[in-house]
Amino acid sequence: MSFGQSIIFNEIQGVSHQMKILVPIKRVIDANIKVRVKSDQSGVELNNVKMAMNPFCEIAVEAALRLREAGEAEEVIVVCAGPANGKETLRTALAMGADRAIHIESEDSPEPLAVAKLLKAVVEREKPGLVILGKQAIDGDNNQTGQMLSALLNWSLGTFISRLSVEDGAFHVTREVDGGLENLKLSGPAVVTVDLRLNEPRYASLPNIMKAKKKPMEELTAAALDVDITPRLTVLKVEAPASRSAGVRVHDAAELVDKLKNEAKVI
Amino acid sequence: MASYSAPLRDMRFVYHELFDSSDISALPGFEEATPDLIDAVLEEAAKVCENELFPINRSGDEEGCRYHQGGEVTTPSGFRECYRAYAEAGWIGLSSDPQYGGQGLPAAISTLLEEMVCSSNIAFGTYVGLSRGAYRAIAAFGNDTLKTRYLPKLTSGEWSGTMCLTEPQCGTDLGLLRTRAEPNADGSYRVTGNKIFISAGEHDLTENIIHLVLARLPDAPAGVRGISLFLVPKFLPNPDGDPGERNGVLCTALENKMGIKASATCAMSFDQATGWLIGSAHKGMQAMFVMMNDARLGVGVQGLGLSESAYQAAVEYARERLQGRSVTGTKHPDKPADPILVHPDIRRTLLTMRALTEGNRAMATWIARHLDLRERAEDETTRASANDFVQLMTPIAKAFFTDYGFDITNMGLQVYGGHGYIRENGVEQYVRDSRIAQIYEGANGVQALDLVGRKVPAHTGRYLRQFFHPVQSWIESHAFTPALQPFVMPLAKAFGRLQLATGHIAQVGLKNPNEAAAASSEYLRLFGLVALGYLWARMVEVALTHENGADQGFYDAKVATARHYMERILPQTGSLFAAIMAGASTMMDFPDEAF
Repeated sequence: MSFGQSIIFNEIQGVSHQMKILVPIKRVIDANIKVRVKSDQSGVELNNVKMAMNPFCEIAVEAALRLREAGEAEEVIVVCAGPANGKETLRTALAMGADRAIHIESEDSPEPLAVAKLLKAVVEREKPGLVILGKQAIDGDNNQTGQMLSALLNWSLGTFISRLSVEDGAFHVTREVDGGLENLKLSGPAVVTVDLRLNEPRYASLPNIMKAKKKPMEELTAAALDVDITPRLTVLKVEAPASRSAGVRVHDAAELVDKLKNEAKVI
Repeated sequence: MASYSAPLRDMRFVYHELFDSSDISALPGFEEATPDLIDAVLEEAAKVCENELFPINRSGDEEGCRYHQGGEVTTPSGFRECYRAYAEAGWIGLSSDPQYGGQGLPAAISTLLEEMVCSSNIAFGTYVGLSRGAYRAIAAFGNDTLKTRYLPKLTSGEWSGTMCLTEPQCGTDLGLLRTRAEPNADGSYRVTGNKIFISAGEHDLTENIIHLVLARLPDAPAGVRGISLFLVPKFLPNPDGDPGERNGVLCTALENKMGIKASATCAMSFDQATGWLIGSAHKGMQAMFVMMNDARLGVGVQGLGLSESAYQAAVEYARERLQGRSVTGTKHPDKPADPILVHPDIRRTLLTMRALTEGNRAMATWIARHLDLRERAEDETTRASANDFVQLMTPIAKAFFTDYGFDITNMGLQVYGGHGYIRENGVEQYVRDSRIAQIYEGANGVQALDLVGRKVPAHTGRYLRQFFHPVQSWIESHAFTPALQPFVMPLAKAFGRLQLATGHIAQVGLKNPNEAAAASSEYLRLFGLVALGYLWARMVEVALTHENGADQGFYDAKVATARHYMERILPQTGSLFAAIMAGASTMMDFPDEAF
């Protein structure tokens, strides 16, 4: 898709109240669990480890639900790519209030580029006006999928957002950047990735947990979407970070500066 | 500072693996209670308890409730917001009838939720627990008008409930009750009298409070046969159902007490308050016992909940507190001392806490499953035998869980030493909070009397069969399974003691009721220990089927904990048996004036 086509597409679709929001989510090790490396160093131990929705993805789901509740969107679709148990995570999102779910089953969790390609295929089927993702998943910390998806779709992109609103047919976002906060106006359709301060995700209510069972969950495969998800990266070895050695006490500022300059070589 | 993480793995084990949950989801109305739904419900409930209820537990204890001029009571900071979130998320109506807005889930799930609530904030739990009791009494005995008017609001949590029994002169003996009710021309009643120790009698969590009050009608016979049950709202509902005129019921004082300080314990004055009869005139005790029986299991679960919190806090501390060296030589040379977890007595304490807590969780679920079977099983026989089982086991659960609730929280404090005795770490609160559960809803001595005086002899031992038969047949069918030998043998021995003690008490009690009463507390403890022995043996049976499978650590720990139970706890049945058989003479022959 060329840039020019994208602009025309934006003008036709714009931001409408009939908008669908797509929220890709990832299943990761629960944030409260201490992660252990497998003894053969091929990865981290996932057997019998408590799993949960990536915390940034929870924020993305919450953001989408709030837009729908404010009347800015009509449907929230959650999508997850990975092993079959990702459906449990999708159910959690449905229990929070998402309308329907799509699961793209694969043996392992696909790499960011593969996920972005799968999402592009889903976007082309579903035609959402907005895709909201977590800025990164707490397992790989890649921070890539949203950016890659926006590039593949040639859509507007706002990363690390801590504020999101729809005004005059455009998305207004505040980005958390190194220098402070950056306010942007994005024309739709757009991809945004959310940061921690955007909102505090809700608990699922008991009636919604019960209803989630009956909400539609579509099952797809990469093959059906005609996407090649073969890994392009090879993991050589996974190691736990070296444990920190004890600190040293310095007598004065001069000694500190000296150590930083000559021992740590950071200044 | 103690922390709490809901024991979801063990809850799933008990609910799905130890017992076959498919028989519960096969009951009419429970079709949706599939394993994945149950797990999702428990997981979300755990989040709410851990992240919302637990953080205001200690602050609620420090701050307590406040009484204001004019009879208003305010709960500690955070309780209103927390209650609103809890109610709006639908947790109060978890097992209530969908007809009134509930979710209609099994009582067995509700019991696990109650445990988590009590672990994280027992004072908070009293407010929702009393509403549930009021709901059940109105649902069972109220007429359609009362049900339609009150049950939806009690289910949503917009309104809360109380149980008004106790009066200054009338505690355990309700026959002494004086509160009066006089009929009005329109079919309502004027209720007048003073009640004390009313939990959640007045507070700022809900817009209306529905008091269930025991009182006497003018023509009532004396004693317990002349008591009727009335529904007295704080605000009389308007025709549109919203709270209207203030009724003649007022909180006159708030008690200062040892524990559950964030739960408002009120003195209530009823002055010509308008009320409506629940059930038939003079049959209030019958209705009240419906409420009480359910409430007794609920109070037992309070003991269980606090046992779990105390165990978690104690393990955490035992791992991080460095004192002394292992008696067999240094275990952690990189540290200035070994963690106290290396010491045998700390390990004994922790394993004792754990074996009793996990055993009690299994027993609570075992009983709660029978509440579901009693209510919903399609054939009459199953319903009747489930009721027999619930009748028998309720006083045991109440007294056994709460006596151990106090003992276990106290063990937890001991692991902390001086750091448990000071308030900062939050474990002394568990001890104080657990103490009341041995007293209210019928003191534990009364539970023991209920067991030996009513439940054991009922219908010439019919209730007992619901326990004795399954245990007997399980022992017989597993007596020759080699892997289960270390578990079946101690169980069989303890079970034999229980059978002998039961026969003995029945025999001597007939001739001299003092004999049965004098043995009652030890008998209840003996019964509880044998029931736990049976459940532990069955848990081992399940755990052993998972050898070399997934989650091995969990199942191995089950078997190891069971061994501790069989070898270090169950033998106490021997001394209890000896005490029971010694008879009543030491205490009954002792002259009154010599005390």
